[in-house]
Amino acid sequence: MRSFFDMGGYAAFVWPAYAVTLAVIGLNIVWARRALARAREEARRRLQMQREAR
Amino acid sequence: MTWTWFHRLASPPHVYALAARLTPWFAWPAALCIVAGLWGGLVLAPPDYQQGDGFRILYVHAPSAWMSLMVYMTMAIAAAIGLIWRMKVAHAVAASCAPIGASFTFAALVTGALWGEPMWGTYWEWDPRLTSELVLLFLYLGYMGLRAGIEDPQRADRASALLAIVGVVNVPIIHYSVTWWNSLHQAPSVMRLAKPAMPFAMVAPLLLMLLGFTLLFVALLLTRLRSEVLARERSASWIREVVTG
Amino acid sequence: MSGPESHVAHALAPVATPLALGAQPAHPARSASAFEAARLALRRDLQLAFRKRSQLVQPLAFFAMVTLLFPLAISPELSRLRELAPGVLWVGALLASLLALEFLFRDDAHDGTLEQYALSGQSLTALIFAKTLAHWLLTGLPLALMAPLAALSLGVGVAAVPGIVAAVAVGSVTLSLIGSIGGALTLGIKRSGALLSLLTLPLSLPVLIFGARATQLAIHGTPFLAPLELLGALAVFAITLAPLAAAAAVRISLE
Repeated sequence: MRSFFDMGGYAAFVWPAYAVTLAVIGLNIVWARRALARAREEARRRLQMQREAR
Repeated sequence: MTWTWFHRLASPPHVYALAARLTPWFAWPAALCIVAGLWGGLVLAPPDYQQGDGFRILYVHAPSAWMSLMVYMTMAIAAAIGLIWRMKVAHAVAASCAPIGASFTFAALVTGALWGEPMWGTYWEWDPRLTSELVLLFLYLGYMGLRAGIEDPQRADRASALLAIVGVVNVPIIHYSVTWWNSLHQAPSVMRLAKPAMPFAMVAPLLLMLLGFTLLFVALLLTRLRSEVLARERSASWIREVVTG
Repeated sequence: MSGPESHVAHALAPVATPLALGAQPAHPARSASAFEAARLALRRDLQLAFRKRSQLVQPLAFFAMVTLLFPLAISPELSRLRELAPGVLWVGALLASLLALEFLFRDDAHDGTLEQYALSGQSLTALIFAKTLAHWLLTGLPLALMAPLAALSLGVGVAAVPGIVAAVAVGSVTLSLIGSIGGALTLGIKRSGALLSLLTLPLSLPVLIFGARATQLAIHGTPFLAPLELLGALAVFAITLAPLAAAAAVRISLE
């Protein structure tokens, strides 16, 4: 088990590499979903303004 | 029959609904492949003859680099389609690609540098692959910067599309010149693993990761595409149902 | 238009009319080939530029300044500077040409000439090629002639001069052409300097790489034909495609 975390002495490089990549994946998911929520909110707002303008 | 399919793809409401339906079909398999790839790469694959456990960075570096290039190609092709056939949806696809591609280019650079330190003894070695990746990052940033700098959305779509096409034509030229430059100075080259033939236990996780990242890209693209399509449809009636539903 | 501008307009009247919308109904505009229109556009740009000679000097002065910075920042030792000379010369040339890009489209976009070109029915590609050629004659070529002076100040031997002039002359052609695409894409964007650099520099890297190598070989007295030929290939490639892309970009920016 310890040797797994140790990565044959390369732990200081392997784990940060995995961490960065997984972070990029996670951030992409979060950003995409957030962008969609924002776009829906804006579309809703625009519709509202159009309705009021009429 | 095929042309109706193509024309349907140009219709924003259809694309929006299709994207919403398809996303889970890519997201879950992506998660599965990536988890399996991580397990295979970190646990099951034997250590490399020369690089020991350090080579495992391959399983995150190679898919990231693959993403950076594949996403740029997708972006350029979508941009070309958008320019030639004046399809808003194609421009929406291109716009969706950029942040995804840029972030994975960043990941490729960081993982490449982290791999370089134990292997070459330095975090940055100006090897042709990493240098080309860095240039690719700037191409992405330029694309996003141009989009952000132009106010009119249609002009932004078309100008950035042209830039993407010019960029894709230049990528092979840049890569060639960087490789040429690098060979002059005989710098140690790419991350090459000691044995030319990798055992299956080493290759399989790599393939899983490549597949997983690709599926993830499609899922992310479909999600972002929905936002981009919504943003481009100012007052279409189909939005009413979608947004208030 | 008053003062010197009207003089220019007068002097350019035979030049301007074939391109002005509706000024001359069919003939020179239509029968005048794209080549003729391009020649006139070239002449116009050169004449206008000579009216503002001080502006022409700016990129060259910038290049001289940049070349001066390196010895001050690094070391006055000529042997060391000679080693760095290819890099210093080319980075300086690249930055100076970026600075000069501003002049390519700015004035014409301002006074509507660019729109006239686009609407004139003449080949916009040919007109933009002419403008880019004028730009190179006014900035790239002088840069190529100035580069040897900068090189000499960095301890480079006189024997290297022909190679340096050739490399910078050919390389700057491609730089002007690439710049025309970036300039066309960023037309009318306020404070686009940084964005223009971000767009242009990655595309200019091959020129930098081959040009610096050719210069380095010339300085060492070894044959530099191979990278020079690569520079030439880039230039040919750029001449063929860049004006097309720039014309498309101008149309996109104007619509």
